[in-house]
Amino acid sequence: MTDATALDLPQENAAGTPAERHLVIEPGRLDRNYWSDLWAYRELFIVLAWRDVAVRYKQAALGAAWAVVRPLLAVFVFTIIFGRVAQLPSEPGVPYPVMVYAGMLPWMLISTILGDASNSLVSNAGMIGKIYYPRIITPAASSIVSLVDFAVSFAVFLLLMLAFLYVPSWKILFLPVFIVYAVAMALGPALYLASLNVRYRDFRFIVPFVVQFGLYISPVGFSSEVVPEGWRLLYSLNPAVSAIDGFRWCILGGEIWWPGFLLGLGVTGLMLWAGIRTFRRTERQFADYI
Amino acid sequence: MNDVVISARGLGKRYLIGHETVDRNQTFRERIMAGAGGLARNLAKTARGEQLVQGEVEEFWALKDVNFDIRRGDTVGIIGRNGAGKSTLLKILSRITEPTTGRVDIRGRVASLLEVGTGFHPELTGRENIFLNGAILGMSRAEIRRKLDEIIHFAGVEKFLDTPVKRYSSGMRVRLAFSVAAHLEPEILIIDEVLAVGDAEFQSKCLGKMEDVAQQGRTVLFVSHNMAAVSRLCEQAMLLTDGRSAGVGAIDEVFAAYRGATSNILSSGARRDLRDHNDRYGSGDTKFSSIVLLDSRGIASSEICFGESISLLIEFSGPVPRDAVISALCLSPEDHRVLQIVSDDDPTFSIGSIDRHAIRVHVANLPLQPGQFNLLIGLHDQSMQPLDVVRNAYSFRVVEHPEKQRRRHAATAKNGYCTTTSVWTVEIEKCAFSG
Repeated sequence: MTDATALDLPQENAAGTPAERHLVIEPGRLDRNYWSDLWAYRELFIVLAWRDVAVRYKQAALGAAWAVVRPLLAVFVFTIIFGRVAQLPSEPGVPYPVMVYAGMLPWMLISTILGDASNSLVSNAGMIGKIYYPRIITPAASSIVSLVDFAVSFAVFLLLMLAFLYVPSWKILFLPVFIVYAVAMALGPALYLASLNVRYRDFRFIVPFVVQFGLYISPVGFSSEVVPEGWRLLYSLNPAVSAIDGFRWCILGGEIWWPGFLLGLGVTGLMLWAGIRTFRRTERQFADYI
Repeated sequence: MNDVVISARGLGKRYLIGHETVDRNQTFRERIMAGAGGLARNLAKTARGEQLVQGEVEEFWALKDVNFDIRRGDTVGIIGRNGAGKSTLLKILSRITEPTTGRVDIRGRVASLLEVGTGFHPELTGRENIFLNGAILGMSRAEIRRKLDEIIHFAGVEKFLDTPVKRYSSGMRVRLAFSVAAHLEPEILIIDEVLAVGDAEFQSKCLGKMEDVAQQGRTVLFVSHNMAAVSRLCEQAMLLTDGRSAGVGAIDEVFAAYRGATSNILSSGARRDLRDHNDRYGSGDTKFSSIVLLDSRGIASSEICFGESISLLIEFSGPVPRDAVISALCLSPEDHRVLQIVSDDDPTFSIGSIDRHAIRVHVANLPLQPGQFNLLIGLHDQSMQPLDVVRNAYSFRVVEHPEKQRRRHAATAKNGYCTTTSVWTVEIEKCAFSG
């Protein structure tokens, strides 16, 4: 009787019936057991992620080709503009296109997560109004699509390095850490924007603007080494800088500029915390407003 | 052994309703500034998770102090008029929205079916959608794989399994969706009016399937307008009236109460019999036969508090033409027509094939100032030819609301018969002509 848990484990019924579940519904109850509830719904997360990936590659005629063409075109343009026209230096011993691509990879990951996840609640409005599940699954599942795109783009990157006969440094083993970091960096603001988007659809228009603007203030087309010394700390307030620098460090070698990286890490942590907090505070009202 | 599987205590859900108020005398700049300030405040509120409304705020309790117990293996129908709180109750029980007050204890695995085919994606094939929808309803992939053949067979879509659902007919889509839902094996099943879809044959198949579920000793909560379906499926029922419930009872008693809620009022002495009323004109065969005014508690009354909601229950003798327009005009003692209430105002209302000859109209906020009023009711055809118009059909008095004390000048009826809410501010900047 007293053992009250706000859990019903949807997938465990198949294998034998465990002790009877006791679900309690009362105001504010959702907050307790939040993370274990999330774990209980992992199967739904997998299915929703699979749906998003399947739909993404089914609807587009070129399918996976988009994940190839987009970064290649961007790299081509940036190499011409920043490398040739503006004559900006690459990192020592690295062909300019390889340097740009190493920055484009995390940027594409961040910007697609930002775009898709912040819109995901509104595009799944039907489900939110009719079914209970921890709402955070929706933006999380939509960011899996971005990771699949990333995997395709990364395969292209391997070919590009082969074409330039460039051998990445051994530090590329650390890349998974920075992939997780880039996802976390994008999810913070994405969760914040997603929850505000439920109430104010204006935020749908803000995201493309942020992404477009972010491309210019992030070191995608150039190395962050070209930023003047005095401005670098201010520049590092943009957390995308630390994600991109981290990727370049893994792939191209070189040194990490620690003050800037730590600052970026701090901003990312803060944004992730604020994003999750806002999301959790507003999610119990999503069904009333969406 | 405690056999109560769903137990609700003091359950309530409050919504705040905003009434938009626009100040006409604001300059564009002020409005922009007010808008920006308001937006900033609202964003801060939203981020804190507070409920947020614009303009004047009114509380609305969709459910209030609802208590009930449902025992294991019971099949309970939840009935009530539109807006009585049925959907809100279902949403709370399925955890889509949180209650404002109270507590529910549920023992056992719950599946709720508020819609068939939630999450169906038109681009995915039938097979893919079975897995998707199943997962959304809480089935594991292993469970779905095990039941896949059964689901496909029940839906009868074997041939189109690998066709995108967007090419399905709407009937096929519904059959597939219901088939997935029907193969859920929860201990407690909560169903909204999902039976209102599909053709008659399939509906009957669904009802049969749900009877099976009920007979397997599982608990079923079933919300429907379809009384025949409720009585076929359920042994017990619960009536919701304006967000309140009298608990779970035997289905016959609750049905009687549901019908009685309307007929009691009509048969009580409070209604005004209009059959022998002479002050009328019109050419139709159908006449008004009675009228009664209900206050916000649903009690027949001739004294209404200012600003409260009212309902009018109107009875007819004979069938009402499908395209008829029904109106009620409030007349002041000086015979000025001060307020009109017309059925054409409600785009969702249609008389349809009415057989009960009774109609209810609800007015959320009666804007009449305190004073004595008289009702004129009219029944017109589409070209506004009077079928039956009754003068002095009902008289009532509006009195000041005892709890909402208004300031003296607002409460006087000498300045007008109706009042509307207004927002007053002091202008800081000088006007162009004041020097």
